[in-house]
Amino acid sequence: MASADVSVAQASTTALPRKRVRPGELAVQAVLFAAAVISVLTTVGIVLSLLLPALEFFGEVSPVDFFTGTTWAPLFLDAHFGVLPLVVGTLMISFWSSLVAFPLGVGVAIYLSEYAAPKATAFLKPILEILAAIPTVVLGYFALTFMTPFLRDQIGLQVEVFNALSASLVLGIMLIPTIATLSEDAMAAVPRDLRDGGYALGADKLQVSTRIVVPAAISGIIAAFVLGFSRAVGETMIVLIAAGQLAQITFDPRQTIETITAFIGATGNGDVPTGSIEYKTIFAVGLTLFVMTLVMNLVSIRLVRKYREVYE
Amino acid sequence: MSADLAAMETDRKSRALRNRLFQIAMLSCMFVAFGTLVVLLADTIITGWPALSQQLLTGLPSTEPGEAGARPAILATLYLGLLVLFFSVPIGVLTAIYLEEYADRERWWNRAIEVNIQNLAAVPAIVYGILGLAFIVRGIGVGRVVLAGGLILTLVVLPTVVVSSREAIRAVPDSIRQGAFALGATKWQVVWRQVLPASIPGIATGSILALSRAVGETAPLIMVGAITYVAFNPTLFGPYTALPVQIYNWTKQPDADFQTLAAAAAIVLLVIVLSMNAVAIFLRNRYRKQW
Repeated sequence: MASADVSVAQASTTALPRKRVRPGELAVQAVLFAAAVISVLTTVGIVLSLLLPALEFFGEVSPVDFFTGTTWAPLFLDAHFGVLPLVVGTLMISFWSSLVAFPLGVGVAIYLSEYAAPKATAFLKPILEILAAIPTVVLGYFALTFMTPFLRDQIGLQVEVFNALSASLVLGIMLIPTIATLSEDAMAAVPRDLRDGGYALGADKLQVSTRIVVPAAISGIIAAFVLGFSRAVGETMIVLIAAGQLAQITFDPRQTIETITAFIGATGNGDVPTGSIEYKTIFAVGLTLFVMTLVMNLVSIRLVRKYREVYE
Repeated sequence: MSADLAAMETDRKSRALRNRLFQIAMLSCMFVAFGTLVVLLADTIITGWPALSQQLLTGLPSTEPGEAGARPAILATLYLGLLVLFFSVPIGVLTAIYLEEYADRERWWNRAIEVNIQNLAAVPAIVYGILGLAFIVRGIGVGRVVLAGGLILTLVVLPTVVVSSREAIRAVPDSIRQGAFALGATKWQVVWRQVLPASIPGIATGSILALSRAVGETAPLIMVGAITYVAFNPTLFGPYTALPVQIYNWTKQPDADFQTLAAAAAIVLLVIVLSMNAVAIFLRNRYRKQW
């Protein structure tokens, strides 16, 4: 901390006895640094464990075929390794779940921050946070055994048993608490003065909410969106259980599809022989996923910095 | 003049209407969000209740849905939780202390550690599963055992523990540190006897939240081989299946009775995870200190 540095600096200028070297303190510092390095080693481990088998994979399958191919059938005798169906499936799930989660999440945040009584917010927000922790395997079960029959029998949609739509809807529901609490945090941080200024100029509550509070909190809301989208891209269990394992390029959410994560989850649990091309496929696909989420996270950090409003 | 007044009146009315509609729209968002989650919980409880029996809690898995239980899975989840606590809390808190109290932000490696943790928090859990598959299970050769699963889950939740511990440590005001320094305390004495005790509620909250996430996590465990059929109590170095994985396996079965079992096991998991979360959030709101 800065305070310690200042005290050391002052000690040297006022010619007090030199600071005693304490071996214990140095040892503590070494232990702390070692703990911090573990996280760096984790990243190195992830990158290495993905990159090395993926490079071997690209020695056997050309990267051009991999990134532009439109047929994904790595386990077939006549194997095809075009990753596009998986990418399209992933993006479609993320798109539909975002369509559910973004408006509803921000709506909940606006209600909690601008309309609900403070006591109601103090009661409802913790419940929302608790609900954010529902395990994804339970959500996947719900998508398969409740949402799909509901869409088919009650709404009358011609959905397959495994379909992108019910997985997306449930994934969207899963994201709402996260997006709502993060957006509400951002809106709660907007100073009262700004709202009062708006009211003083004759604005009504709708105008204050949508033209003052939301723009002022936009960096937090955008960060919540990117985090939500990136979680949708990386979510495994819901899509593995409810969206199926049929890699095809389709933009019809009623169809069975396969996402990147579902492929990894479905292939990684079997006893795929080490060193086989199927085994290496997991890593090539995993690397694709890792890069996608990494880029989104870097974009999010950028956006937050760019649009951040600082209030004192 | 009267025309102006009439115009103002209609303007006021349409404004009031718009405001009303907006408020109703926001309120409906609340109802949809909470409503679906309530439907989810209700559906799981109604489906699973008949199968929620002592057999489920203490029995062994079976190919007969009527005789199947989840004791090995529940025990393994308990072990995994303890392992995650044992590893992630010390490593996470020490990292947080380093970053908040010792690290010089001017040094590039300290900034790199920070950005690195930010990025790790955004890595999908299944990617940690791939890491586990490559290193722990096959590379080092620990095998598909409880310890391997615990280590992978530790890595999954470590960023959460670090971030929440940092926030807790940062919330301790500098005057406390300066007071201790003024009394002649060394740096570590300040951290160990003043800063850390003051930040314990925040650290506890973050740790319990991380633990509840680890307990409900499925995808990485599938990758590091929480195998399907374990008809004995797990040990630290033995094969295992965890409760979420058991739910996944039962969900996959075509037999409807197994899906009922899945719902019953889901109730058990929900009770464990949601009550841990409730405790954590209660702790946070109860002990939130105003300096």
